[in-house]
Amino acid sequence: MASPILRCRDLGKCYPLRQNRAKRGYRTLREDLLRIPARLWAATVAGERKSGDFWALRDVSFDVAAGEVLGVIGRNGAGKSTLLKILSRITAPTTGSVDLYGRVGSLLEVGTGFHPELSGRENIFLSGAMLGMRRHEVRARFDEIVAFAEVEKFIDTPCKHYSSGMYTRLGFAVAAHLDTAILLVDEVLAVGDANFQQRCLGKMAAVAKGGRTVLFVSHNLGAVGSLCSRAILLDEGGLKQDGPSREVIEGYLARVAQTSGAEIEGLSAAGPAWVRAARVCDDAGLVRRVFSMTEPMRVECDVTLSRPGSYTLSLQVKEFDFNPIVHCTSGDAGFILPEGPGDYRFAITVPPLQLYPGRYWVRLALTETVSGVQHEVDRLGVQIEQDFSLCARPLPRQAGLLYRTASWMQLPVPPASVSVPVAASSPSSPLS
Amino acid sequence: MALRLGELWEYRDVMIMLAVRDIKLRYKQTALGVVWVILQPLVAGLVFAVIFGRFAKLPSAGHAYLPFVFAGLLGWNLFAGILQRAGNSLVAEAKLITKVYFPRLLIPCGAAAAALVDFAVSLGVMLVLLVAYGVWPGAWLLLLPLVTLLTLVLAIGLSLWVSALNVRYRDFMYALPFLIQVLMYASPVVYGLDLVPAAWRPVFAINPLVGLLEGGRAALLGGDGGDSLGLYLGISTAWAVAALVSGAMFFRRVERDFADNL
Repeated sequence: MASPILRCRDLGKCYPLRQNRAKRGYRTLREDLLRIPARLWAATVAGERKSGDFWALRDVSFDVAAGEVLGVIGRNGAGKSTLLKILSRITAPTTGSVDLYGRVGSLLEVGTGFHPELSGRENIFLSGAMLGMRRHEVRARFDEIVAFAEVEKFIDTPCKHYSSGMYTRLGFAVAAHLDTAILLVDEVLAVGDANFQQRCLGKMAAVAKGGRTVLFVSHNLGAVGSLCSRAILLDEGGLKQDGPSREVIEGYLARVAQTSGAEIEGLSAAGPAWVRAARVCDDAGLVRRVFSMTEPMRVECDVTLSRPGSYTLSLQVKEFDFNPIVHCTSGDAGFILPEGPGDYRFAITVPPLQLYPGRYWVRLALTETVSGVQHEVDRLGVQIEQDFSLCARPLPRQAGLLYRTASWMQLPVPPASVSVPVAASSPSSPLS
Repeated sequence: MALRLGELWEYRDVMIMLAVRDIKLRYKQTALGVVWVILQPLVAGLVFAVIFGRFAKLPSAGHAYLPFVFAGLLGWNLFAGILQRAGNSLVAEAKLITKVYFPRLLIPCGAAAAALVDFAVSLGVMLVLLVAYGVWPGAWLLLLPLVTLLTLVLAIGLSLWVSALNVRYRDFMYALPFLIQVLMYASPVVYGLDLVPAAWRPVFAINPLVGLLEGGRAALLGGDGGDSLGLYLGISTAWAVAALVSGAMFFRRVERDFADNL
């Protein structure tokens, strides 16, 4: 590894869990003054009793080489955000140390420092300064920022009149033009429409290719897989895995798989229509997680349509969290959903896909056709097992995704003496 | 404890932008804008002039009571304004503090810088009053920058304490307006120092605002600050420097934990 630009050693962050603090999050002077006698008593007579501490991060050590793009993954509460906050110096570690050899820019939210009453122009300078840009740097990149955000016409309009999309774009644009050696990015790509997310990812990829060091925290495993060569996995505050991003993502999914299965229930109301529950089951309707590669898979879902309209249900089978393999929609199959309102149950039977053995994920999406508002259920996990009656040799996952036998034949070899010299063929262009 | 002044300089744009933002918002949002900033101390001055000058007949060191009280309010409002705005500034910027790093010291300083603009506007009103009442302070006016600087240093120093304590103890916020109010009546804002019995004055002058307010008045209304003005200003200077140095050191020591406590 080249010389590290960022080095963490035994990082730990401990939050005290005080009873009244948990409720409100801050202390009052009155309480502290009243507690002095009690504390003296505790220290002298009763002896110090340590109330429960919560370690958001513990014994985390890793190096990042200059120019490396490191993904940080893990479920909610695993310590990802705490790690970024320590690295960006927002909060101090309880134990351990961080060495940074270069200017750090952090992008922990979109629109840092924005004020709704100020114009886009004013906010660019304000946000730029907060993120660590000098004024002349902002001035130099001003046109670029405005162009990326596509807000030229509204640059002198107060941001409170912006649409949420414009606001998000401008916020990201400022941060994306930060010119620091190390860039810390947290989950910001989870906002904005699909088109904008794609552009953000593109920008991130460009930043990464530009030789800068990026730490990228995300739930979007697809983005981590494609942007980062290396990833670390955090779980319960500890560093559980460190290696090539694909391996680490698999490790993460294996961990998630232990807790999430073929059934998801009790999803709360969202938007005009939502999927309340979904499960993968066999053709008898029994919930099942393991399927043979030659078995059909049935996905059942309970759906609430809260207002009348036209709805579409779609299903994806994905490798990991990304790389969709199959996409089926109710519309393509000529199946028309009821107009609602009401509660409904549907079953979607997916024909045998002959997927290579391994773990796959099913995503269901319910879309209101006119508005495009979508509610999705992601990460229904299924395990595909090999069907040895179909193929006797073990099928290694890295060799492929879909098992097909294809048709094979041997062709007669033409006699060698009659071979035509290829180079002597007509020089005319194939287009002529 | 290092103050890491180099870092502050590196991030100076943050303070400038925070101050510019505060000023813009202040003059943009309110319909009255600048008028409000002029009107506020002027109305307060008029009320005090009627009640304390006309009704209570407080001595005003031989000056007309309105410019006399306005000169006091000028310095006081600078001090109290900074303490109020900067004191709450960290809590007000909680969203920023938990999302991005820059030296947190710049937040109260930015708030103080914004308060300085209000002072400049009030100073304009004061000069108009001086012309209207035909008062010319002469060379005494040279004292004004020094007094202003000392007020600024004292107010920022105290604000650093207050703002940092405010993060840790959220009920401090409720005590602050009360403390400011008490301090106002313990300082020669609406009255002159000559109202205080001579025997009590040395005790009274422990209050750093005595030197600053009397000094400000002498600078604006011309002389007659009394023989002990130099001593009072010395006391104020000691306070101001002590407040700034201790405040900055305390602030730098606890700022690491701000994000966790907000």
